[in-house]
Amino acid sequence: MSTVQKLQNGIDDGPAMSSRVLKTVVLAVCCAVVIVPFLGVISTSIASQQHVTNSGGFVLWPDAFNLDAYKSIFNGGVVQRALLVSIVIAGGGTLISLAGSTMLAYSLSRPGSFGQRPILMIVLFSILFSPGLIPNYLVVKQFGLLDSLLALILPTAISGFNVIVLRSFFMGIPESVLDSARIDGAGDFRIFWSIVLPLSRAVLAVVGLFYAVGYWNAFFNAMLYISDTAKWPLQLVLRTYVINNTELSSGDLGGAAADQLPPQESIQMAILVVSLVPILIVYPFLQRHFAKGMLTGAVKG
Amino acid sequence: MARTDAINSLQTDRTTPSDTTGATGSGPPGAATESGIGLRSASKPLSWWARARRDKVLLLMALPGLVLLLVFHYLPLLGNLIAFQEYLPFVPFGRSAWVGLDNFAVIFNGDAEFLNALKNTLLITLVQVIFVFPAPIALALLLNSLLSERIKRIVQSVLYLPHFLSWVIVIAIFQQILGGSGLINNFLRSHGMGTIDFLGNPDGFIALLTSQVIWKDTGWGTILFLAALTQIDPGLYEAARVDGASRWRQLWHVTVPGIRGLIILLLILRLGDSLTVGFEQIILQQNLVGRPASEVLDTYVYNNGVLAGQWGVSAAVGLVKGLVAVVLVIGANKIAHIFGEAGVYQK
Repeated sequence: MSTVQKLQNGIDDGPAMSSRVLKTVVLAVCCAVVIVPFLGVISTSIASQQHVTNSGGFVLWPDAFNLDAYKSIFNGGVVQRALLVSIVIAGGGTLISLAGSTMLAYSLSRPGSFGQRPILMIVLFSILFSPGLIPNYLVVKQFGLLDSLLALILPTAISGFNVIVLRSFFMGIPESVLDSARIDGAGDFRIFWSIVLPLSRAVLAVVGLFYAVGYWNAFFNAMLYISDTAKWPLQLVLRTYVINNTELSSGDLGGAAADQLPPQESIQMAILVVSLVPILIVYPFLQRHFAKGMLTGAVKG
Repeated sequence: MARTDAINSLQTDRTTPSDTTGATGSGPPGAATESGIGLRSASKPLSWWARARRDKVLLLMALPGLVLLLVFHYLPLLGNLIAFQEYLPFVPFGRSAWVGLDNFAVIFNGDAEFLNALKNTLLITLVQVIFVFPAPIALALLLNSLLSERIKRIVQSVLYLPHFLSWVIVIAIFQQILGGSGLINNFLRSHGMGTIDFLGNPDGFIALLTSQVIWKDTGWGTILFLAALTQIDPGLYEAARVDGASRWRQLWHVTVPGIRGLIILLLILRLGDSLTVGFEQIILQQNLVGRPASEVLDTYVYNNGVLAGQWGVSAAVGLVKGLVAVVLVIGANKIAHIFGEAGVYQK
């Protein structure tokens, strides 16, 4: 990359001033288009009540630092419950996904192991073809998983793509390392657990985070399979109370009926922020690893 | 995301045969079986049963993942059989009456609702190929021409972020900006101008969808192109410059041919998705614009199947949609081969 750029920009007399200004403006606008909405969402969730009401519901820069909206959603009501459900699904789901995917990928990464071709084909074809909504729904129903949190985990637990990424990483581990362990008497599982996994921390982090983000963001499966509001994940709460603009009563929020609530807009934006925070926390880690983890060996052509 | 995923994986797989031989070749040939510790780099062929026994731990390890894939990915493929049944949800599976191709009649007799969904789907696909597809290419070229690595990093970090947000969050954010009491309409109101109905306007629905997709995924889409741009031989630029090519000529004669293969690959995969457009995104906004303007094949399947109980008909539509996608990908890949491109997979 750097050599290309040096050649393009260093030795070359460089782009003209006008095109440099134009580039800067275009990129600045692109970044602003992404950043400003986030700023607005966070500002509205912490601005004072009058400020939110006066400015018609959406504040770009807060006049105060007011946590009332957050206090009201963490009062034990529907939002807090949904947050818990989302954490359980994302945590448990990621564990199940990682366990299943790494073991499958490892067994596919050993050259010449029994049944490797057909199993690899099964994994690859699952990436190309998706079975369709209705049959998926019927299978989940037949297994009695409707209204169970497992319905949000098991159907999406194994992503063929992630298995392939893990497999290609495992195949990059020098065979001699594994052979020497084998000579010392380690079995396949032992080698996987004590040698392969510790060597693969970076790719495990990336794949794990991808799974986690997937579970955290999943909305449609929850809408399809979960009708019991006590088992709603956060995305369904967002859909109902933010997108569909259903009014949140203090009963929904676990408070007494007479409680004075902050403006609906502030509460809505607070819920939005709560559902954003985990993504924003893991994002720097993702960011550091994904280019490496995803692209090593992936885009060579 | 699903698209780029598939490409990565396919390309990964293409590199694996050489990896495999590299790994087997490095071990001492023959030594393994003789020492009896079961190294798999054996040169002597083992019997079917002996290999299965030798690899039983590996097979057991593959089992949980494999079962999950079979149950939740391949079993539903079989579930498509209800497209040929008068399916009743409360009758045990397989007990519903077989009706042959009756469920497909809605497709072939040109049911108005179905045709409308098909029309919307194709229209959205067309608009997105024109506006969404080139956006990451342009952005990647722009980023690639930046002088400072640091600024490039920062811009990338910012622009990748929306990709990791759920559709629910993206749409909620759009509502805050474009909604009736949103940022832009508040501004218009406070300056004495009329407000604009961005979200509930059927005529603007495709523009709304398109801008949301661009906002969410353009930055992320640059990853593949930036990676491909680094693969271009710097010598080519040098040679072009020696020949007196301007920066625009270099772009046209070196950069564009350098990423042409990737562009074609992505277009083929996009073609396979041409009957699949933003399902979650549309379902979430359908109430505001109404079904005539927003119904696509996926929402048709959901609304008529899960909500209205026409399971067989919806499964039939879903099945035809899936088959068309497969045919499109395979056909486009053939065409790419005829023109000497790599395509998605090799012959």
